Amino acid sequence: MADRESLEDMASHIAAQLGERVKDSVIAYGELTITVDPMDIIQTLRFLRDDARLQFICFIDICGVDYPERPRRFDVVYHLLSPRQNARIRVKVEADENTAVPSAMEVFPGADWFEREAYDLYGILFSGHPDLRRILTDYGFRGHPMRKDFPLTGFVEVRYDNDVGRVVYEPVKLQQEFRSFDFLSPWEGPDYVLPGDEKADG
Amino acid sequence: MSEADLRNFNVNFGPQHPAAHGVLRLVLELDGEVVKRVDPHIGLLHRGTEKLIEHKTYLQAVPYFDRLDYVAPMNQEHAFALAVERLLGLEVPRRGQLIRVLYCEIGRILSHIIHITTHALDVGALTPPLWGFEEREKLMIFYERASGARMHAAYFRPGGVHQDLPPQLIDDIWDFCDPYLKVCDDLEALLTENRIFKQRNVDIGVTTLEEAWRRGFSGPVLRSAGAAWDLRKAQPYECYEEMEFDIPVGKNGDAYDRYHIRMEEMRQAIRIMKQCLEKLRSPEGAGPVSTHDGKVVPPRRSEMKRSMEALIHHFKLYTEGYHVPAGEVYAAVEAPKGEFGVYLVSDGTNKPYRCKIRAPGFAHLAGMDLMSRGHMLADVASVLGSIDIVFGEVDR
Repeated sequence: MADRESLEDMASHIAAQLGERVKDSVIAYGELTITVDPMDIIQTLRFLRDDARLQFICFIDICGVDYPERPRRFDVVYHLLSPRQNARIRVKVEADENTAVPSAMEVFPGADWFEREAYDLYGILFSGHPDLRRILTDYGFRGHPMRKDFPLTGFVEVRYDNDVGRVVYEPVKLQQEFRSFDFLSPWEGPDYVLPGDEKADG
Repeated sequence: MSEADLRNFNVNFGPQHPAAHGVLRLVLELDGEVVKRVDPHIGLLHRGTEKLIEHKTYLQAVPYFDRLDYVAPMNQEHAFALAVERLLGLEVPRRGQLIRVLYCEIGRILSHIIHITTHALDVGALTPPLWGFEEREKLMIFYERASGARMHAAYFRPGGVHQDLPPQLIDDIWDFCDPYLKVCDDLEALLTENRIFKQRNVDIGVTTLEEAWRRGFSGPVLRSAGAAWDLRKAQPYECYEEMEFDIPVGKNGDAYDRYHIRMEEMRQAIRIMKQCLEKLRSPEGAGPVSTHDGKVVPPRRSEMKRSMEALIHHFKLYTEGYHVPAGEVYAAVEAPKGEFGVYLVSDGTNKPYRCKIRAPGFAHLAGMDLMSRGHMLADVASVLGSIDIVFGEVDR
């Protein structure tokens, strides 16, 4: 696995070659992450794949991450692997519901299903994808279940109806409200004073 | 009939089909008996694992990983445990590492037995499953004796493993190793030179090396195309570095090479297991099996009954859980089916913010279309068998 020094080398090499396209470059937990603009993603991926020194030829993963509080709420995260350098890289672009990210399929044909999955679960659009259908959810499913504002229980449930003789969809009825506990209790280092604790310093 | 009236045939393969290895619906476009296009419809086993994990604490997320690739459960847990440990900066004690490696290799054999024997069943051989499942049952019992569960073990937890192995179990696993090699020989005697098996597998589902890299193939599928790439060697985790084993590599990238690679990997797994067992018995292999950091690993029950501090830790860890520093990591292991990765984003709370599971089978099944085009309908079962699909991990 690449050590920190070689990651720094790699980061500076990428920064030198791609110039201003690299908006951010971080090394954390022994992993290199670069951030680029959605419009530059194809060029970036192609460069990472074809550059003689880097050779990130192995496609690993594409996934979405949702940050609803941000103006561009989605991160699209690409993971690549270079067997030559024995290193991994993470490329991030930001997107929202309306702007499409160019599909990586022309560079990595394996991106096909991973982009369909990101579309299905998050509603991230990929322009130039030949077949952007839902992949994991039910036929005729509505909504994008991995978004943070999609409830864990979903909206509909299915059962087999004996009278109708087929599977029917009904709104979710919970016997008990879904319980969400406040676990952020002050076990370690709360930044506020607990009631009663103010006497300790007095 | 004029030429314009000819059209291709669309056939549904599955969702219930004995060779579909679970619930897979393949929409096949056929020209006569030749496959023109394969469109796998997946998601029939989608359980929203990633969404559920976002609502659970880190420890509660572990059992979900058993239910992904349910023929080799502990290998999945391992990837998650490694990701959490990287974020927490935890070091697993040596005995814990040895036990993890031992059980990862048991998982590899579990998975390869299922694959080889059911693949043989798909192409017409009935005996291998009968022989293989007997051995598999023995391995399941080793799972049970370590964790209490035959399959859904929840044994690899962030910080180490849940409990130490009893000495008798170590001896029993040792007694299993050498006779198992004989079973491998027997299986090979049934299959390797078998005329039907070769006719159904040689030159079926061929991939080139370049295609394999670009499509994200990994594990035996990638190695069959000629890449000597194995994460256990290339990016060693735990104590794989000190183990002696070989990586079998194929030449032709077809289903027959994949079978050979898996067969050899089982023998290599036995080799690794024996080394682990020897080290576990030696004095240097003694010691704790999980970290002593009371903020992550709950205290022993005996301790919890006597110490107030331990009681508080126990209570807090099983209600609130531990907080993981903010950040993101991608941890991957060489699971039996290929590179199984976990991309974990933490926001500093006690629940993962995002946990993306990168399953090898997902990428392989996406390549079904490429591998099956131009083959006959009967070869679809063979291609599907050779990429070793388990729907728990594909659909998640």
